[in-house]
Amino acid sequence: MSTEGDLLHTVTADTITDTRRRVGRAMVWGAGMLFCVMTAMQFMYDTDRSIVGFNTWRPVLFAYLLWATALCAAQVIVNGEKGKRTLFVLPAALFVISLVVFPLLFALYVSFTDWNLASLNGPQPNGWDNMRQMWGDAFYWNALKNMVYYVLAVSVEYVIAFGLALLLNAQIRARKFFRVVFLLPLMLSPVAVSWMVGKSMLEVRFGPVSRLVRELGFEPSFFGTPEMARFMIMAMDAWTFIPFMMIMLLAGLQALPREVIEASKVDGATGWQSFKEVIFPLMLPVSVTAIVIRIIFKLKLADIIINVTSGGPGGATDSVTSFIFREYRDRSNVGYGTLLAMVYLVLIVIFITALLKLVSRWMERPA
Amino acid sequence: MSAVFKDHEADRKVQVKWWTSRIAIYAALITWAVICLFPIFWTITTSFKLAPDVMRGNMIPWWDFTPKWKGWESLGLSPRLIGEVSTVREEFLKRFWNSAIVAVSASMLAVILGSLAAYGLSRFNYRFGFMRNSDISFFFLSQMILPPVVLALPFLVLYKSLDLLDSRIGLILLYTLMVLPIVIWIMRDQFQGIPVELEEAALVDGLGIWGAFVQIVLPIALPGMVAAFILSLVLCWNEYFFAALLTSTDAKTLPVMVASQTGSQGINWWSMAALSSAAILPLVVVAIFLEKYIIKGMAAGAVK
Repeated sequence: MSTEGDLLHTVTADTITDTRRRVGRAMVWGAGMLFCVMTAMQFMYDTDRSIVGFNTWRPVLFAYLLWATALCAAQVIVNGEKGKRTLFVLPAALFVISLVVFPLLFALYVSFTDWNLASLNGPQPNGWDNMRQMWGDAFYWNALKNMVYYVLAVSVEYVIAFGLALLLNAQIRARKFFRVVFLLPLMLSPVAVSWMVGKSMLEVRFGPVSRLVRELGFEPSFFGTPEMARFMIMAMDAWTFIPFMMIMLLAGLQALPREVIEASKVDGATGWQSFKEVIFPLMLPVSVTAIVIRIIFKLKLADIIINVTSGGPGGATDSVTSFIFREYRDRSNVGYGTLLAMVYLVLIVIFITALLKLVSRWMERPA
Repeated sequence: MSAVFKDHEADRKVQVKWWTSRIAIYAALITWAVICLFPIFWTITTSFKLAPDVMRGNMIPWWDFTPKWKGWESLGLSPRLIGEVSTVREEFLKRFWNSAIVAVSASMLAVILGSLAAYGLSRFNYRFGFMRNSDISFFFLSQMILPPVVLALPFLVLYKSLDLLDSRIGLILLYTLMVLPIVIWIMRDQFQGIPVELEEAALVDGLGIWGAFVQIVLPIALPGMVAAFILSLVLCWNEYFFAALLTSTDAKTLPVMVASQTGSQGINWWSMAALSSAAILPLVVVAIFLEKYIIKGMAAGAVK
């Protein structure tokens, strides 16, 4: 570990004795050994090769926690001041690694098995069968196609959010009131929204929106046709998440240098011109951040779909997440569902990486 | 515009233009405010309606329908039932309590872990193997794109063997993991805004780096921490996906309860409305009183 280039530079003269070093190392190795031994023992017990063991794996978890604590403590014992520095990042890093990396590795294994929770045999590796099944699964490809539509809808949300941010940034009275009101939809849980809007306001017989549509002379049917249903899901999701983009854009607008905009006014630019030539280009970095984060959230879209349409009609509104959710929930098809999730993860990583690369290249280009 | 006189032709045109733009701005603002508020208004009023009111589409209380406590009675929360023992109310309060505990503890844990990591990353240069500071930051932030489905099943199996299924601790761990990247993102921005000289002065005065962090930096960064906490709270309170998969009886949270009611045939509009209102009200209150912090949290990192 190097300390050069630290923003907060400290000079320390630690005298760490050899015994102290040895004690620190012994702690880590001791706790690690204990963890390994307990894991092995419990594994033997679970696979009926030994009679010594616990009912659950929880004691192993405690051993792991002990090891993690020992590792953190040993940093200070072995490395002194330097170790105290490591201690800032280490807990979070250990937390994320143990909760993400290990489960992901496990998921990778499960996704190549035929595991169904209903079957008694437990997981049996079945090679590329799941992959082949996925290749022929029209519903999964359909869900992926829907995700493309859902992501494209972000552009419309962006336009609305930008408009609202501009409105809030204008010279208006009761700005705080409007800001709070515009923020409210973000606070509501998607599940509550799917009941409030999806199931009651859009209810065909009594819902207020249906009434309005009927007044206007149309026959309300919000989840009848695939296009309409998809649009309604998009609208509900947009309703909850537009405030999110709006706030980010508003923060960007408020951080703009006043002088530049005033200069453009002095030069005789109309409102539209100063927006197109000055405000919008200056807002590009913030816009890109807002859009990328919104897309990341969009890719997780599921709650509303699960609760309002459960993917219907005919899979027209299915997102990948809601599709896999039903695969787990209704069919207990664990192995196959996990493979689908892993494939989705790979696709997302590729997509986001490409998006970020594209954006950074595009932003560096002199405008 | 040649001359500036109040009654000059050109100036009157300017005034007309100003007024039209005013009207357009307020019309747009009010339209969107109605779009935002109407579903909330509808839900809260529906919780006081009876079946005929729902069917007739009455909307304005005391004018075209008389508010009744029927919906809230189905949760055991009405003036008449509040003194009596009620199993529905106990069930509801249990879910509410679960949601509250899980959301608050997960947000606390995330803010503690996240602030420490963000501070370390903004002040010191690390090197874990090939990973430098920017790689470590990226590693933390990249967790944001991890879709919940990928983790769902491994956790289902893991928790089953750890006996954490249907327990609050299990949910807390997962939710912490879920909001940690956002917390780190916000807090990194906060700490970068605090001048290093403050800590240097503290070090000269004899504090260690942890002492300087706790006594000098934390009080300054407190508003940012509150912002991160509230944002996490919102996300955790509303989380449905993991809660639906990993809990069944004991640790079921409020969103799962709301969702399980909608599935049943013949929805009771008034009781559903009451339940939904109860689920959204805490956060609506939070939004009204702590709006400043929520906006601060979301704005952090967006503007560099």
